[in-house]
Amino acid sequence: MTRYLVPLVAFAILIPVLMIGLTRDPRELPSPLLQQAAPQFELPSLLDPARTVGSKDFDNQMTLLNVWATWCPGCRQEHDFLLQLAREAVLPIYGLNWRDNRPEATRWLEVLGNPYVASAFDEEGRVGIDWGVYGAPETFLIDANGIVVHKHIAPLTREIWERDFVPLIRAAGVVQ
Amino acid sequence: MRVRISLIVMLMSMLAVAPVSNAIDTGQAFDDPELQARYEKIIAEVRCLKCQNQTIKDSNAFLAGDLRREIRRMLDEGLSDEEIAEFLVTRYGEFALYRPRLTGKTLVLWLAPVLLLLGGATVLWRVISRRMAMPLDDDSLEGG
Repeated sequence: MTRYLVPLVAFAILIPVLMIGLTRDPRELPSPLLQQAAPQFELPSLLDPARTVGSKDFDNQMTLLNVWATWCPGCRQEHDFLLQLAREAVLPIYGLNWRDNRPEATRWLEVLGNPYVASAFDEEGRVGIDWGVYGAPETFLIDANGIVVHKHIAPLTREIWERDFVPLIRAAGVVQ
Repeated sequence: MRVRISLIVMLMSMLAVAPVSNAIDTGQAFDDPELQARYEKIIAEVRCLKCQNQTIKDSNAFLAGDLRREIRRMLDEGLSDEEIAEFLVTRYGEFALYRPRLTGKTLVLWLAPVLLLLGGATVLWRVISRRMAMPLDDDSLEGG
């Protein structure tokens, strides 16, 4: 009897494990940055190269950092939602313009609208590496103490925002 | 016939060229052969996070290029292989390394093959020893 029971039990355990595996996206990597201090950075501003944009700008308040580029179709997809979010003014949105080209990125913001307080211009992708960025768009939620509390990979939508971001923003006591 | 031979020759020469054209970063990065060897070993063991089943040595994604540049910079600055691995893991997680380090988190990963092999060997051993205990068909025929 045990002869048949052992493989049967092993099979019964294996099936749910593999089925859960099927529902998960292997491209979405857990970020080791979560619950860690956000990496410090300072880069020239995209629209005003004389100024710099960096971690110093989002000290002491909950902030969104959105990694975007003009070559990234997902960024175009989420852009309208970012504009809505900026109008709602729940929290400041900063951009990390990653591995892009300045004239094109500037034109993108002029034509489509600019949801960002400011965008840091990461031409060489150096800061992107510090943040563990591997594919735009990526969005980080940083709390008032400078801790990364959430990372979303793929375009943002209202649904994802309400589900993953809003509870964290509420928990932090930022009025919503 | 001649056409067929020339076709075969052509295909074989394409095969000969293929591995070379797959290697993206074959250029000499360091004058020091020891550094160059370390560099080549590291980039062959770091995953390109953008194109997950390639190493950054084989990938032409710009992220792979950026990571190769960072690794060259760190080697230039005299960092050890462990420090470079640490740099990648704190940013991208253990997944970035094709040869994950042995830590609490990766213990299962390292032990699983050994455990599976031992499990398989145990089953095999039990099956074989049970069969050894059985009389051989020939013997039973002769006996009867």
